[in-house]
Amino acid sequence: MTARTEVVTTGEPKVTERKHRRQLSEGAKAERRLGWLLCAPAVVVMIAVAAFPIIYAVWLSLQRYDLRFPNQAKFIGFSNYGAVLSSPYWWHALWVTLIITVVSVAVEFVLGMLLAILMFRTIFFRGTVRTIILIPYGIVTVAAAYGWQYAWTPNTGYLSALFNNSAPLTKTGTAIAIIILAEVWKTTPFMALLLMAGLSLVPEDLTKAARVDGASAWQRFVRVTLPLMKPAILVALLFRTLDAFRIFDNIYILTQGSNGTYSVSILGYDNLFRALNLGIGSAISILIFICVAIIAVIYIKIFGAAAPGTEG
Amino acid sequence: MAATTRQKSGWITANTVTILLVLIPVVWIASLSFKEPSTITDPTYFPKQWTWSNYKGIFTSSEFTRPLLNSIGIGLIATFISVVLASLAAYAVARLKFPGKKALIGLSLLIAMFPLISLATPLFNIERQLGIFNTWIGLIIPYIAFGLPLGIYTLSAFFREIPWELEKAAKVDGATPFQAFVRVIAPLAAPGMVTTAILVFLFCWNEFLLAFTLTSTIAARTAPAALAFFTGSSQFAVPTGSISAAAVVITIPIIIFVLFFQRRIVAGLTSGAVKG
Repeated sequence: MTARTEVVTTGEPKVTERKHRRQLSEGAKAERRLGWLLCAPAVVVMIAVAAFPIIYAVWLSLQRYDLRFPNQAKFIGFSNYGAVLSSPYWWHALWVTLIITVVSVAVEFVLGMLLAILMFRTIFFRGTVRTIILIPYGIVTVAAAYGWQYAWTPNTGYLSALFNNSAPLTKTGTAIAIIILAEVWKTTPFMALLLMAGLSLVPEDLTKAARVDGASAWQRFVRVTLPLMKPAILVALLFRTLDAFRIFDNIYILTQGSNGTYSVSILGYDNLFRALNLGIGSAISILIFICVAIIAVIYIKIFGAAAPGTEG
Repeated sequence: MAATTRQKSGWITANTVTILLVLIPVVWIASLSFKEPSTITDPTYFPKQWTWSNYKGIFTSSEFTRPLLNSIGIGLIATFISVVLASLAAYAVARLKFPGKKALIGLSLLIAMFPLISLATPLFNIERQLGIFNTWIGLIIPYIAFGLPLGIYTLSAFFREIPWELEKAAKVDGATPFQAFVRVIAPLAAPGMVTTAILVFLFCWNEFLLAFTLTSTIAARTAPAALAFFTGSSQFAVPTGSISAAAVVITIPIIIFVLFFQRRIVAGLTSGAVKG
């Protein structure tokens, strides 16, 4: 190697490999600097608003910090976590949240798949269907939730009237079912759009070949289409599961978490902004954060969902 | 392969059912908003007596007009800044090689998945100390931060598809770098940026939890949060009609967006998800 490092004084014709490589790396360095420079503003904002506050929340969660008695604030280690984890309210909230998440994501997946196939295959008013289903996606959750609340209010709602003027929002089971209904109505279109994008990537030839080989429509769907759609399915499920786990708006408007319909987010909110207990509230926030992280890890590690954007 | 009559009617039924399932709850809110306050407790689907009084009521009260203004202002400012910052980062992600790219994507993904309630407390406390609690800035900054992951994600997928060789070609033809950017690249990048702006704006317009916890008066409260505080046109009236009217008003922009930008919204939502 040393033999080839003569100093090049006269320039271009005698450029050695080594020199060439160094030039490249200088170009790469400039590119690197530009890359960092362009990303810096976005990174600063994201760290300031998300990363820093979450660390601050960890610190708050280790304090006894009640806004009504700010002078008694004190470092108490993991006591807040002990208090939350030994409280039946936390486990009830977690249970409610898990039921809402699992049921609504499962129902959305089935309906979303049907809707995706409908939008993909239908010949009649395809454009109308594709446009119309964006309304639930775009509508303000709070506005839609009021619609559902009034629909199920006795003496006001057409749905309540259909069921003998009943008040289903006042009973735990039916109230949770209505929360799931509101959630499913609002987010199935999103699921369907992601699944439809996955459907469009399945090569037509493969399903045709399977048809020639005598596979029934169901077999073609399960054996050919579904496996090819797996990446799209996993991304759609990951997004929706994490989103459903955070459910707040729908519950807050429909029941305010009364009659045992509170989710973990509602519980966190109640402790923070009603009881003004920042210590306990922050501990709940951090526990929710950990749950979300666990769900993401399960999807990515066990199901092999590619974290969107990581490849390509 | 001509569709048989049975297949045809099957598709038509399925489509009709879908359209009805979407529209029934939406039309219900609209029809509630047109009901006379005295007939609101009459559970018919359509009003028997139509009235504009609910709309007149909400537009004469600053309890709704001010939050509506807040929603528009906060949404537009946050969307604009978010899309500008996201474009810079997305350009870098799509076009440049630099270490830390994966970390950036990881960070934005992490933020996109953040449970908002986990941030509500610390932000509440920090904003009170900084004196930006219950101000536009206090909502704009978090909205930018949550618009960014969506923006970086969608835009980098769009930017990857742009034929960047055209830029070189324009330079070979004698265009300055500035001209090459303005005449060639910007028009190609614009659709992706418009799409991203729509998605970010929809997020800001829809957001409830932060708008609810980081504000205390109508000075900065946005429309969705204001709905939860409605008391009705008089102290004794049930706010059902006013809330429904306000819900309709904040839904109208969404329907307009959807009708005008249907293709773009779909493209934006699905861009990153399947192509990776």
